[in-house]
Amino acid sequence: MSKPAIVVENMSMMFNLNNEKIDNLKEYFIKLVSHKLHYTEFWALRDINLTVEKGDRVGILGFNGAGKSTLLKVIAGVLKPTEGSVKVNGVIAPMLELGAGFDMNYSGKENIYLYGATMGYSRKFIESKFDEIVEFSELKDFINVPVKNYSSGMRARLGFAIASAVQPEVLILDEVLSVGDAKFRKKSEAKITSMFDRGITVLFVSHSVDQVLSICNKAIILDHGRIIASGSAEEICAEYEDMITGGKK
Amino acid sequence: MKYLKNFYKYRNLMYEIVRKNIKLQYRDSVLGIFWTFLQPFLTTVVLVFIFGNVFGTSNSGVVNYPIYLLCGRLLYEFYTQSTKRAMRSVRNSASVIKKVYVPKYIYPLSNVVSTFVTFCISLLVLVCFIVFFCVIGKNPPHITPYMLFAPIPILILLLLGIGVGLILCTLDVFFKDIDYLYEVFCLLLFYMTPIVYKIEALKLNSRPFKLVLMANPMYSITEMFRCCVLYGKMFNMHHLMYSLGFAFVTIIIGLILFYRKQDKFILHI
Repeated sequence: MSKPAIVVENMSMMFNLNNEKIDNLKEYFIKLVSHKLHYTEFWALRDINLTVEKGDRVGILGFNGAGKSTLLKVIAGVLKPTEGSVKVNGVIAPMLELGAGFDMNYSGKENIYLYGATMGYSRKFIESKFDEIVEFSELKDFINVPVKNYSSGMRARLGFAIASAVQPEVLILDEVLSVGDAKFRKKSEAKITSMFDRGITVLFVSHSVDQVLSICNKAIILDHGRIIASGSAEEICAEYEDMITGGKK
Repeated sequence: MKYLKNFYKYRNLMYEIVRKNIKLQYRDSVLGIFWTFLQPFLTTVVLVFIFGNVFGTSNSGVVNYPIYLLCGRLLYEFYTQSTKRAMRSVRNSASVIKKVYVPKYIYPLSNVVSTFVTFCISLLVLVCFIVFFCVIGKNPPHITPYMLFAPIPILILLLLGIGVGLILCTLDVFFKDIDYLYEVFCLLLFYMTPIVYKIEALKLNSRPFKLVLMANPMYSITEMFRCCVLYGKMFNMHHLMYSLGFAFVTIIIGLILFYRKQDKFILHI
């Protein structure tokens, strides 16, 4: 049996919530001298244990503020966990927010290379994928226009096209499928489904139970930083719907 | 070893950012990259006019004042530009750092390197000045093999810039005040470094003040550079040891500070 794609062990993530953000020296010293530097500890994630096998598509469900995005950020390596460890085997393509690595003054074409480099790919590799990216994003006529003049839908399309073209082994999707028009959404869902055949591992955050059901085979529910349920997608989605209606009653 | 491997993977990102910085710097300006020559040329003309003619007091005994000034100004400009950009780099790339894992040192480092590239292009102005004064034959600088040593002070300055850049960008994440403080510091540095004047020509009675001026690593580096391109002689070994040591200590402090604090960056940007 091959190594699991993602192993998260006893992972906790704590933030210091100070009442106001201190970012200048004067305030810092005044507070330091007057002993007013208190922090409130806030555990965004608590004792998370999660093993994702290669080829699994895991949906992450939960209410706002449950820690879903924090969990993805820790797995993507953006945040370092306060306790515990996270191991990822394979190339990871985070799509936390499409087009986050774009430079607004740069043209679409130049941004493709920049974004590729941000994910750790060589210029040559991106060059070989260039036509595919342009075609998928449907931005052929605008590829030399600075990205600042793009609409948000165009930006998202370009971001998705790049992130999916590089054939990652682990794909992290944070509500990214809710952007773009219905046609593009369908296209990108089809693209992701086609990636499953190559055995890609997916972590998928969404508020839409239908999307989770159509994409994922497994799911977990996060609530107040803890995993309260995990299992097959159908079971968990049913449980989550109970939670939603339960909360309403 | 692990770090080297990671750097190797992301070397392409560094290349792309350097490329981007250079390309975007002069985009939308009519003269484009030509400004890399024109800007130091024009500012030198202004400074030569003001300090050579209007306040022409403390530069007596300088072989060739325009070249003397240009040397100092080019190095000073490179140092301040690279450190200022490195200082703001992490803050400016907040959107990327928050979403994707990238080694964070890439940002200050690539900003210093991109400024270094434009600096190297702007050195052509210096070449033009030297050729010009050789052709008209008035106070020509000494063309000697020592010119080949000119890259040494430049590389030391590059190291110093990287070290200071790492320190500043770490501080800047936590305290934005550094932005404004450093601006003032750079102005101070301009007058503390013998760019428009000659340190020997100053009538300084206070010995401690003179020591402070001498302790400035920019002084050592500028002096070494001038020895190579203007005076046509070997530079003083004390300058070399001092500035090299200073640069290395700065880099080590910068790396330690940066590595100890980098995981906290994301909580503050």
